[in-house]
Amino acid sequence: MLTAVAIVVDGAVFAAWLFIVSVGLTLIYGVMRILNIAHGSLYALGAYTAAWLVGAYFAQGYPPLAGYLLLPAAALLVGVVAGLAIERGVLRLMYGRDEVIMVLVTYAIFLVLEDVIKLIWGVDPYFAYQPYGLLGTVDVLGLPYPIYDLATIALAIVIGAVVWWGLNRTRVGKLLIAVIHDREMSMAVGIDVTRLFAVTFVLGAVLAALGGAVSAPKISVVPGIGVEVIVLAFAVVVIGGLGSVGGAMIGAVIVGFARAAAVHLLPEAELFVIYAIMAAVLVVRPYGLFAKPEARRI
Amino acid sequence: MVPALEAKGLHKTFGAVIGAADIHVAVAEGEVLGIIGANGAGKTTFVNMVTGHLKPSRGTIHFLGQDITDLPSRAITQLGICRSFQIPQLFGNLTVLDNLLVAIGVMEASARALWQRFRRPEPLALARETLQRYGLTSYAESKASLLPQGVRKLLDIAMATVRAPRIVLLDEPTSGISTDEKFAIMDTLMTALKAADTTVLFVEHDMEIVERYARRVLAFYDGRVIADGPTAEALASAEVRQYVIGGEVDRRAVTARA
Amino acid sequence: MTLGRNPTVLVLAAAAVGLLGLGLLMPDWLRFLVQISLANSLAVLGVMLQMRAGLVSFGQGLYYCIGGYAAGMSGHLLGVSDAFALLLLGLVASILVAMALGLLMSRYREIFFAMLSLAFSMILYGLLVRAEALGSTDGFNVPPATFLGIAFKGGEHRYATYALTCALAFVVALALNRYLVSTLGYLGDAIRENEIRVEYLGASVRRTLYIKYVIAAGVSGLGGGLVAIAVGHVDPDLAYWTTSGEFVFVALLSGTGNVLAPFVGSLLLEFIRTFAFAYAPYTWQMILGGTMLLLILFLPGGLWSVIGARAERS
Repeated sequence: MLTAVAIVVDGAVFAAWLFIVSVGLTLIYGVMRILNIAHGSLYALGAYTAAWLVGAYFAQGYPPLAGYLLLPAAALLVGVVAGLAIERGVLRLMYGRDEVIMVLVTYAIFLVLEDVIKLIWGVDPYFAYQPYGLLGTVDVLGLPYPIYDLATIALAIVIGAVVWWGLNRTRVGKLLIAVIHDREMSMAVGIDVTRLFAVTFVLGAVLAALGGAVSAPKISVVPGIGVEVIVLAFAVVVIGGLGSVGGAMIGAVIVGFARAAAVHLLPEAELFVIYAIMAAVLVVRPYGLFAKPEARRI
Repeated sequence: MVPALEAKGLHKTFGAVIGAADIHVAVAEGEVLGIIGANGAGKTTFVNMVTGHLKPSRGTIHFLGQDITDLPSRAITQLGICRSFQIPQLFGNLTVLDNLLVAIGVMEASARALWQRFRRPEPLALARETLQRYGLTSYAESKASLLPQGVRKLLDIAMATVRAPRIVLLDEPTSGISTDEKFAIMDTLMTALKAADTTVLFVEHDMEIVERYARRVLAFYDGRVIADGPTAEALASAEVRQYVIGGEVDRRAVTARA
Repeated sequence: MTLGRNPTVLVLAAAAVGLLGLGLLMPDWLRFLVQISLANSLAVLGVMLQMRAGLVSFGQGLYYCIGGYAAGMSGHLLGVSDAFALLLLGLVASILVAMALGLLMSRYREIFFAMLSLAFSMILYGLLVRAEALGSTDGFNVPPATFLGIAFKGGEHRYATYALTCALAFVVALALNRYLVSTLGYLGDAIRENEIRVEYLGASVRRTLYIKYVIAAGVSGLGGGLVAIAVGHVDPDLAYWTTSGEFVFVALLSGTGNVLAPFVGSLLLEFIRTFAFAYAPYTWQMILGGTMLLLILFLPGGLWSVIGARAERS
């Protein structure tokens, strides 16, 4: 019984984390048709910035509650600065190229950023555990859970709601949907696609960095955390269908609960379970559960 | 006499759109059939189904008595049905000669064929001969993506006919080719195909081409066949005039004045 | 060109002979560098083979690692020490895994193929890192290889493994060069250009890509085996994304025009790497990434597009 509770709550926590970490990736792909491998670096940058800020803040002994604001602040900082730098500095020079070339470009950016991180922060691990422990734990049907983890579930729901509302109820959102469906037509009717691309990329970058910032208090922040994330995020996003935000949510839920089940029931299969599900989904629906149908080509 | 190609009760829906509704066609060996219809009437959908690119929602397709409904396009090609495309489907970065050599290279579906040298004397000879037949010899070393539109069309057709198929479906063979060249090309093409006793189905918008080369006409409208008979008859039918050719204008008078 | 019908073959032969000879004269560090770059070139050839078909493999390290570990494990578990047997076992292991994975991978293109290949190599990395029996992150040592019963020592042994690497690289390069002029080779280009047409011409795109995938895996496995023998040690880093990334980098740098190119590119990479690590340790990835971006922007055909064009003009 306890195991069941553990699986459900663990699953929800992990699903929430997966969603926060993956939604930016699917959004950028949906609008710009770019699979942003540098997403992993943006996550890492968010984690490092948050860890560094939080570490410095708590060392000074400032009121702890305000420290939590540093997490989204770090995400915004990284997302805007790094996001704009990447979009304006590199991506803009490459628009219109083949999708695979764009993957190579974002891969190259990823390589560069991995070293930038090492140059700025070195290779020693950073810890910023204070926000994680400060909220204390709460009893969920007999199991103690850090409130921080439960808060990430709430955060994921909020982000999902905001992104959904942003896409479907705001003017900018509707423009984004138009571009997602047909870039050329959007340009033809006068939508400023270039500016929308910048907005989307920065938004995706902020979300990636937020994933990292929110994770920082729970992990030891070291070089290489970006790579695991990009591979996981891709699995989640692929299950739901590249470009579908709702799909990312479903994918996160499926993977989250499957992993939690594996961790509790068959720990050795933890890694496999995620990719086994991805492979299983791909066998039945090669482009994900909610992928868009393709137009006739011949 | 087993028909070369027989479609029975073909039906295809794309969501709410009906691409094909209850199509029945039987084509005898050696026949030359013209397929006409407005854009979106279902001509290319029909061709796509016959050649295995699309699976019909209902109905069957038989080639010389063999059921080919569920076969993939490569199997249908190996059996002897080839097709050319509305928008030429070429290997852009390869030369015209190499494009043909690819078509020739995969004629034999065996492992041995895969490992043979690409530029052996036999395929080269067949390729050059085909180029000559279509008047493409001067373009042999040009990159396919840099060709003028009409030449791309010809290469596309050449790639479809090089393996001497029993049935060939040509999707708008003369679109993109200048008016003064249309007849020359169709003459060469049809003479060669007839000499090999190939069954030909061609989709066309140019009624003069249809009149000149098709013995029989199949007219589509809204996914359905609205006429199927000898050329003159079909083109004169009221429905075809209304939905395909358009109106009661005496076209010969118009072209004579132009 | 006055070099005859197939200049590449002649150049390869000359290079093989030349390297064997120079190997006797080179200082140890240089010979080792050449040996490693030759072994790595095989993995790059694996990437290049798939690149010509339009597929970018971000996870070729998977088979590189399998080849290396298979060679190493055969030494410990089966008591095999013969270099040829070790390489053969590495080759077979890679091919067997590729035959299974290829069934899935041959369905995918572009982004999916790239990311799935990355995912699978990282899965292997994750498994090896957790495998206590295999030494986790430290890996394990590979016992010195013997050559048809003869156990060389010291300098002789080093030259023997070097000569083996040269010879095998030459054979593989010859084989792939022959492959490139076969119908299968050209089908890769055709598939990259227009898959639908290939199917309509009667060939199976999936089966063709499957064959290429398995060949690329086998060649990469051989590379991994050679490295295991050369270095005398294997660890999970062979499957890490950075290793695969370097193969992609060299493939981009060399271009996909000729089998010679990856050898040159690989050697260049080893030289640059040696100096970069000596003078600026945290900038290696940055150098790779930056150079990749420059290549994509200005030299999409790789360095070979410059050399090849000049050779054609002369």
